[in-house]
Amino acid sequence: MSKLSDIELQVMWNRLIAVVEEQAQVLLRTAFSPIVREAGDLSAGVFDREGNMLAQAVTGTPGHVNSMAESVKHFVRVFPVETMKPGDIYITNDPWMGTGHLNDFVLTTPAFHRGKLVGLFSCTSHLMDIGGIGFGPDGTDVFMEGLYIPLLKLADRGKLNETLMAMIRANTRLPIDTEGDVYSLAACNDVGCERLSEMMEEFGLKDLDVLSRHILSRSKAAVLEAIAALPQGKWGNTMTVDGYDEPVTLACTVEVTKKGIHVDYSGTGEASKRGINVPLAYTTAYTVFGLACIVGKDIPNNAGSLAPLTVSAPENCIVNALKPKPVASRHIIGQMLPDVVFGALRQAVPDRVPAEGTSCLWNLNVRGQTDEAGLGNYGFMMAVTSNGGTGARPMKDGLSATAYPSGVKGTPVEIAESITPLIFWRKEFREDSGGAGTRRGGLGQVIEVGSRIGKAFDLLAAYDRIDHPPRGRDGGQDGAAGVVSLRSGKKLKGKGFQLIPPDDRLVVMTPGGGGIGDPARRDPAALAKDVSEGLVSPKGAKVYGG
Amino acid sequence: MTQSAITRLATDIGGTFTDIVLEHGERRFTTKVLTTPHAPEEAVVEGTRLVLDQAGIGFADLDVFVHGTTLATNAVIERKGARTALIATEGFRDVIEIADEGRYDQYDIFIDKPRQLVPRELRFTVPERIDVTGKVWIDLDDAAVKKVAKALTAAKVEAVAVAFIHSYANSAHEERVREILAKEVPDIAVTLSSEVCPEMREYERSSTAVANAYVQPLMAGYLGRLKARFADEGYGKPIHLMTSGGSLATLETAARFPIRLVESGPAGGAILAAYIAAERGEDKVLSFDMGGTTAKICLIHDATPYKARTFEVDRQSRFMKGSGLPVRIPVIEMVEIGAGGGSIARVDTLKRITVGPDSAASVPGPACYGRGGDLPTVTDADVALGKIEPARFAGGAIALYPDKADAALDARVGKPLSLSTAMAAHGVAEIVDENMANAARVHAVERGVVVSDHTMVAFGGAAPLHAARLAEKLGIARVVVPADAGVGSAIGFLRAPAAYELVHSKFMRLDKFDLTEANRLLASMSGEATGLARAAAGNRKLTETRTAFMRYAGQGHEIAVALPNRALAEKDMAKMRDMFETGYRQLFARHIPGAAIEILSWSLLVTTDTARPPLLGKPKAKRGPKPIGLRPVFDAKAGKMLKVPMYDRLAMEPGARIEGPAIVVEAGTSTYVTAAFDAEIDAGLGLVLTARKAAKPAARSAAKPAAKKGK
Repeated sequence: MSKLSDIELQVMWNRLIAVVEEQAQVLLRTAFSPIVREAGDLSAGVFDREGNMLAQAVTGTPGHVNSMAESVKHFVRVFPVETMKPGDIYITNDPWMGTGHLNDFVLTTPAFHRGKLVGLFSCTSHLMDIGGIGFGPDGTDVFMEGLYIPLLKLADRGKLNETLMAMIRANTRLPIDTEGDVYSLAACNDVGCERLSEMMEEFGLKDLDVLSRHILSRSKAAVLEAIAALPQGKWGNTMTVDGYDEPVTLACTVEVTKKGIHVDYSGTGEASKRGINVPLAYTTAYTVFGLACIVGKDIPNNAGSLAPLTVSAPENCIVNALKPKPVASRHIIGQMLPDVVFGALRQAVPDRVPAEGTSCLWNLNVRGQTDEAGLGNYGFMMAVTSNGGTGARPMKDGLSATAYPSGVKGTPVEIAESITPLIFWRKEFREDSGGAGTRRGGLGQVIEVGSRIGKAFDLLAAYDRIDHPPRGRDGGQDGAAGVVSLRSGKKLKGKGFQLIPPDDRLVVMTPGGGGIGDPARRDPAALAKDVSEGLVSPKGAKVYGG
Repeated sequence: MTQSAITRLATDIGGTFTDIVLEHGERRFTTKVLTTPHAPEEAVVEGTRLVLDQAGIGFADLDVFVHGTTLATNAVIERKGARTALIATEGFRDVIEIADEGRYDQYDIFIDKPRQLVPRELRFTVPERIDVTGKVWIDLDDAAVKKVAKALTAAKVEAVAVAFIHSYANSAHEERVREILAKEVPDIAVTLSSEVCPEMREYERSSTAVANAYVQPLMAGYLGRLKARFADEGYGKPIHLMTSGGSLATLETAARFPIRLVESGPAGGAILAAYIAAERGEDKVLSFDMGGTTAKICLIHDATPYKARTFEVDRQSRFMKGSGLPVRIPVIEMVEIGAGGGSIARVDTLKRITVGPDSAASVPGPACYGRGGDLPTVTDADVALGKIEPARFAGGAIALYPDKADAALDARVGKPLSLSTAMAAHGVAEIVDENMANAARVHAVERGVVVSDHTMVAFGGAAPLHAARLAEKLGIARVVVPADAGVGSAIGFLRAPAAYELVHSKFMRLDKFDLTEANRLLASMSGEATGLARAAAGNRKLTETRTAFMRYAGQGHEIAVALPNRALAEKDMAKMRDMFETGYRQLFARHIPGAAIEILSWSLLVTTDTARPPLLGKPKAKRGPKPIGLRPVFDAKAGKMLKVPMYDRLAMEPGARIEGPAIVVEAGTSTYVTAAFDAEIDAGLGLVLTARKAAKPAARSAAKPAAKKGK
């Protein structure tokens, strides 16, 4: 291959990344689901004919990294590419074939150029309601969690499967939004297909074979090179979190070799009776995301860069739950996995790894009646995304009220109040919640919310780090544990459905991140600033030896 | 009165240079003087005197003075604004720091959040609460405000922003705070979020109010001094300020809302491009402004640049969305990417060439400047490819060392990839051109626009070198490189309309429309905007444009729907739905039957008519000028070195025509005409590049997703 074509291949690779970014933008702009449009809970990517992911848009959800990639492999297994026709669209929300729970729809569309199938586009986004008991961890099997769509054809040569659409509409509390979201997913794939064909026309490509080989081999080589710079060996870590009704221990062994990094979750506790279980694809997604933050953060996601990062877990432990275990709130445990892996990696590369943080989203999943009686018991339904503090970082404090590892954004209070009958009374930093240390953990926040229309509303709690706060390290202290309660004082459970009475308010205090290093060694100027800014109280400053 | 009958001055303060343009009669005088940061008005007066002397007139002969400045932007970037406090609703002290809770870089765990303009100890809260409908739940606690006033004095605060939850829906509490502060601490400048940005989303509104408060004392002081100096010199007429939205405001309005002045320079460039396009009867234009550190791309239709409603100042990580401080003001919408002449080229871990976003700036500058820079830049690649004639670079003002460009390219790109110098340089140029093409494509697509049927207007020092290749990549068949492109922004100031635009959030469902309330709001916005625009417009005719930003209830993307220029009536409802659905279909190929539609915000623009210049005639074809030499230049499409003739632009008269490949040199820049283009000087002295045959790729179809999807 001549050197000139090397430069051309790079140009085409850049273009392919621009195409999937555009695909994601279309989804972002047309989605109905507020968690997609306000928080960015979506993913989009392009695949070669074998189902290898070539490029993926950088969006808010690591949980979709390579779980969506795996799902395309399932599609091409069930529907061989030779049988695919222009205008076909495939769909599923199978947690084990898709991205881990029924709320995520995955749509895959074959891309044709000059009449020949050249690749596939796939995308996924979080839909607000798919029936069942609603989006919370209370289900005791997956069938309680909503409508289950196996790998199916959504459109056949451009003709929509109206039966399926009618089934979908009939099985959600939000039929218009849900239907709109399905169209939005289909539309973004169409844009991808169109752009790919234009790009191939411009560059005179007949297929993507050479480009695909180039992207995959370059990416894989780069990841292997980054891995080669790490010390080789095997390190273990365990971390215990709250679980649904009993604590869960997450255990891992991280093995770094010349061939890659393998993470094995042997020793991890059993699957839960409730919906906090994680299908393996989602486990892999968050594990690989954590690894990628430490090695090769500048290398784009594709089948080549992901290949050297592998994951295994014993069947029916909580991070490899099998059908029909309930999985709706699989993000609670899934988002803990980077912390579990970091605990092992910090023994190898302490300067690159943060202390434990809040890690799981602290969303206010709420629903209830509005003042329009005709809308039934659940006239509104919303996930107000919010976060706690991240762990302290080597040489830097943690970030306050910031999503990590998830990348979804917080919901503005004014937006939340415009689509729910709720009123927020407080949303600000939580003093003294950042774990003390030479480097302090990020602070959590206090959120207080009540009804504006004098009606009770439901909280579908899906929180963790209440009994097991983020741990500090190297002498740094733990972050503050999370708290969920009523304003009148009653403590609420961290997980599951609970009613907020009309005359009371929900108070959520999100956890703070763990600290790193002896608090006494914190820079006095940094401590003084924390105190004058009210991030650390005079009393809280005592642990710094002040 | 025709334009040429009045004498007009425009000045543009940039970080390094202050540009001055004087149009007197049929003639234009321009100069650049060094900016005087300690007292920026000094350079403005000095430069003005220079051009006035050239024209043989004085300050008193000026009819119009339009001024633009980056001072407000720089004050934010350098954190040199006032000691600023924030007064917020009790319980919401951290809105500006909690921001959107996101990380602008997914994979980087070491990111820093934007530095706050108001530290937490200066963020005060007072009891009060208003809901989304504007209803008061907790009355404002006057005593608490007075207590805060004392604290402000004690903390030596110079400016304060007031930003309460839902204040766009009911501004009474914010106004009451201003009353109290005026009495208690009259010396402290006050910005109300409900005035500077009456829009929903507390973070963006608070951030905008804080940024305005932060630069307000500085800008008010500067503008006052400028006015006084010009008055001393004998200029007694109004001074107009160029805003980021591409229109003019009075000095007094600018002193109240100085945050509206950020990005006035690039806005001037876009206005110039719009004018250049209108002179040539082009209704679809892509402006391409490439300087030393960045490239800016803007879409212009029917002589009007696309507008946006939000902008980020001081991005922590340059060019990364979300790493800066959002300000929600009317701005000319541009994509800005780290691609300029000084952008540094490297090879990454994937053995890919990367370019930018960091720049070698002017010190040490590109390697070929010979000022100690040893990293290869885009300019070094252009020199190595032969596109720049070293002896004529910057009119001969800067000596170039091509061997240093070669050495830097070899060391940092050629050797790691085993490429020859020319191939390495070609790779760098291709990547930077591709980056710009991708940015332009994605930007166009976000607007549902096909880019290949546009004409490109290219200006800024580096743009003419890259314009033809960029046009090839975008399938654009026509490129105009205007004359005097080096002071393009200041010239643009003289073409800008006097206008004021207000955007106000008022949430309303179309099926539960409150006509009285909507008409009350529009009438009050009309009064306010007309007052402010009238001040800048003098007795020129004003036109009003009313727009509703509508969306399907629950969806995130709003579509602008034009409203009639009168009170709304019952019969307008169906029309609004219709227009929304048409707009939606245009963008997304289908509409959603049965879904409720809501209005989120209302905008009202009052403006003077944009001056429509007369169309230029077609000059008589002349024989092309003789080349002034031949240069070996690497041609990307041909993939090899070609002997390319060089022409002197000043020697080319209207109608003069040359064939590509060619290099057209002038004092400020050179235009590289690739083999795919021919070039001609038109009647307006623009250098027009025309693709010889339909440029590849074939016209891209519009963003038309979701083909036939049933009903």
